[in-house]
Order: sequence, then structure tokens, then C-alpha cells
Amino acid sequence: MQIYLPIAEVSVNAFLLLGLGGLVGILSGMFGVGGGFLMTPLLFFIGIPPAVAVATEANQIVASSFSGVLAHFRRRTVDIKMGLVLQAGGLVGAALGVLVFNYLKAQGQVDLLVKLCYVVFLGVVGGLMFIESLNAIRKSKKSGGAPAPRRQRNWIHALPLKVRFRTSGLYISVIPPILVGICVGILAAIMGVGGGFIMVPAMIYILGMPTKVVIGTSLFQIITVTAFTTMLHATTNYTVDIVLAVLLLIGGVIGAQIGTRIGVYMKAEQLRILLALMVLIVCGKLALDLLLTPSEIFSLGAGGGH
Amino acid sequence: MRKLLLAALLLFTPSAQAAQEEVVLGLSQDRVAITADFNGSEILIFGAVKRETPIPDTEPLEVIVTVSGPGQPVLVRRKERKLGIWVNVDSVLVDSAPTFYAVATSAPFSQVLTDTEDLRYRISIGRAIRSVGAAMHIRGAQDFADAVIRIREGEQLYSIRENTVAVDQQTLFRTAIDMPADLTEGSYTARIFLTRNGKVISQYETPIDVRKVGLERFLYVMSREQPFLYGLMSLAIAIAAGWGASAAFRLLRNN
Repeated sequence: MQIYLPIAEVSVNAFLLLGLGGLVGILSGMFGVGGGFLMTPLLFFIGIPPAVAVATEANQIVASSFSGVLAHFRRRTVDIKMGLVLQAGGLVGAALGVLVFNYLKAQGQVDLLVKLCYVVFLGVVGGLMFIESLNAIRKSKKSGGAPAPRRQRNWIHALPLKVRFRTSGLYISVIPPILVGICVGILAAIMGVGGGFIMVPAMIYILGMPTKVVIGTSLFQIITVTAFTTMLHATTNYTVDIVLAVLLLIGGVIGAQIGTRIGVYMKAEQLRILLALMVLIVCGKLALDLLLTPSEIFSLGAGGGH
Repeated sequence: MRKLLLAALLLFTPSAQAAQEEVVLGLSQDRVAITADFNGSEILIFGAVKRETPIPDTEPLEVIVTVSGPGQPVLVRRKERKLGIWVNVDSVLVDSAPTFYAVATSAPFSQVLTDTEDLRYRISIGRAIRSVGAAMHIRGAQDFADAVIRIREGEQLYSIRENTVAVDQQTLFRTAIDMPADLTEGSYTARIFLTRNGKVISQYETPIDVRKVGLERFLYVMSREQPFLYGLMSLAIAIAAGWGASAAFRLLRNN
């Protein structure tokens, strides 16, 4: 069944979109990631204009994160205070990100920027995750798994403006969380992702938050940042396609529930290595697009207009 | 003064001939509605040639039908390899290129129309595109205009279909124009040219209205005129769907 998307102005198969939403939903349920970093490139591949894909995906992430954060609120694994600090940074970052996005759109370089961001971040995150999970598998074969070494005090603890975050059991400066928030906000606006795949490692390794509150807090802050990004894109670029968003999120929320069940039957290291491989494949495809001689070196854009 | 006279003569010649053979036109539809399940459309264009005098027994009558979308400026960008990756380096603004353009003819294009007539009426795809703003420093500005044609032909937005207009007894003609699913809305124009010996002897023009309707129209207009409300609505739907999925799944698990 073909469906005409009113904002993207292209006609696509509705079942293809539902299927994509479902597929990415299953993966995000299995791996506990938002899935934006997979969905946005997939939307590029099926011919949705990048600007629409990025803005609409931000809206879809609001739905999947909201679905997820409710469960974490019930389990009290959300550090609301830390979330609010991260959000403050995130809003500033998102505003900066949309400014950069609009500037580059006018220069004709937005596709390049979005794709470069993807290649770099997917490559780094995928590569690190792959190596880390390979090591974990090797270690678990050798011994029963040694306890992780305790984190040491580092430069983070020397910064001023210290605040107590009770849920996380931390007493640290607000500067690093705000900086992390800003960075993730910028990425969210430019890449159309929630930024969970960067936020989660940053919270664990830079801020030193306990793992059990990390995912809930990350989802909590992602909702606000992506909601804000959606509004910015909707009011400045008019690129949020609500029909596209609805089709994706129907597939997505159903897929996520199925994925969560599949995830239960798999080992954590196996899951991570699969996710790493998938991330690297998407990264490789995007990198090839940038490196290989394109079949068409010309591209069309709207003239005047802006 | 002589130049002016010549110009006037040129202007009036076709219309003087047009009085002899005129187009009476029918369209299967004069509006195309883009609905949510819009999957392209086919417009049947048919008509007859009205004449007071007997059919001239010179060259046979040929018919050209064009359907064109609204003209819009298009920014064409060219990629070049920089530091190993492909980057947009320069661009040319094509002043006006129709979003959709189809030409149907009753015989091979070079037979039905001469180059000079094409230049005057802008019938072939290449002529329908206007580009004057190419900066001098960019070499091969024509490549950019060609790129517009090539890309849009690939998307089936531009097409030339020779021998697809059926002409009966030099009087009745009909053709069907396919419009793809990826249409932009606007006021489209259907033009019909009658030619003899490569010269246009009569032309006729009629509008075809292509519009998003119903929900498509509502959402599009809202996103442009009430962007803030539209954004809030998108968020509300997202949050409702997220909450709904979470609640539904909890119900399923509890049972």
C-alpha cells in the first residue's frame, strides 16, 4: 500500500515503513538503545530527504523513550536531579545544533555533515563495543569473571560547583554533566538521534554514575532534548512529517516489546557483539557512499526559498 | 521600424493560421487530487481539430501535447573529491525548471517540430528549463542544466514520449499522460500544439490543478501556518503512543 507523505512529498510503501519501525524497534528492545542511529540512515536509503528524516526521527524517539522511561520511573531508576542538569545542557546543545544544521543547509553541506557525523560516531562506538565485547567473551571463557575495578578519583572531582546527586550517590561538579548534555544535544539536533549510545558510556565512564540508573536517566533526558529538537525543526524548517512519524512509531513500539522478550534469551556479550557488528555495517555503507565515486555527481536542491 | 514590423508579422502569422485549424479539447480530469494513498495518476487528453476549410493536402497534421508542473528555481550542486571524500563544491541556480514535464508527440520529435519553433514555444525538455544565472567562473554551466534533466528523467518526472499521440483522419487525436506518485502540488498546464511541416499552426492551453486534499492538505497547511501547534501535536501523538504501548504491554504481561 503506497502512502503519500505530506511533508516529505514522496510516496512510499506503508508496510515498508511499519516493517522498518518494527525491525529497529526489535533491535532497540533487544539492545536497550533508542535506535535512532539505525533508523535515520535507513530512512536515507529508502529516499526520504535527509532533513525530513532527521526531524521526524527526533519525534519518533520521543515516543520510544517515553515508553521506556515509564518503566524506569516505576522501578525508581531515574536520577531526576542529574536528568534536569543534563537537560539544561541538552537544550543549549540542541539550539546550537539546529543553528549549525540550518547554516550548513544553506551552504549545501548538511547531507555531508550528517553523514560524516554518522560515519565517525558509528565507527568509533561500533569499534569500541566490538573490541570490548570480544574481550568480555574471551575473559568469561577463562575465568568466572572478575569484579570490575573500582573507579579512581580523577580531574572531574577537582572542578568547582559541586552538587550532591542522591539517587546516583555522587557528589560532583555540575560542569561535566552540563558539558555532556550540550554535546549530546548538538548531536541530537544534527543527527536526529537521541544520543543514548554516546550518553550512556559518557555517564558511566566520565560521570561515574552507577549502571542501574544510567539507562533511565538517559531516557529521561533524551525525551526533553528530542522534544525540543522536534519543536525547533518543526518551527524553523517545517520538516517534521507526522504521517511518517506515526507509521514508524507504531512499528517501533510493537517491535520494542518483541525485542525485549528476545533479548531475555540471549547473553549480554552476544547481544553487544551483534549490535556492534550492525553498527559497523551501517557505518561501512555510509562511508562507502562518501568514498566511492557516486554514479551522479550532481544533486538538486530548492533554489531561492530560504 | 522595419524590425518592429517584422516582429509584429512574426507574432501574427501563427494566429492568422490558427484561425484555419483550431483545437477543441477534452480532458479526462482537470484536477488531480493527492490523497494519502495517491499512487500516481493517468490523464487522458483528447480532442479534435476544428476547421472551416478542407484539410490541406500538404504535409500531414502532427500533434504535440505537453503537461508541465509549476516552474521553480532549482539549485544544482556538483560534487568533487576533496581529501578523499565527495563534497559539494559548486552550484548553479537554474532560474526556472518545471517540477514535472511530459511531452507526447504523434511522430518522432525532429519530424514534428523544427528547432526554431522549439526555441520559440519552449517545447522540448531542454528548452522548457531556463537557466541564465550561471556564474561565469563555473565551467560547463550547461552540464548543470543537463543534470536537472537527467536526474528528473530518472525519477520519471521528465519524459518525452514520441509516437504516443494517436491522430485519426488528421482530425481526432488522443493521448494518455502518466503522472508519477511523487508529484509536487501546484497549477499544472497542458499545452496542445498542431504542427504541419515542423511549424506550429495552432496552440491551445488549459490548466490542470494538482492539489493535496483532505488530511494531506490539512497537515501540510498546518505545518506551514501553525508550525508551533503542529510541533506540539506531533509530540502529543508521540507521547500518547509511547504511553499506550507501555500500558498495553503491562496489561499483556499481567494477564
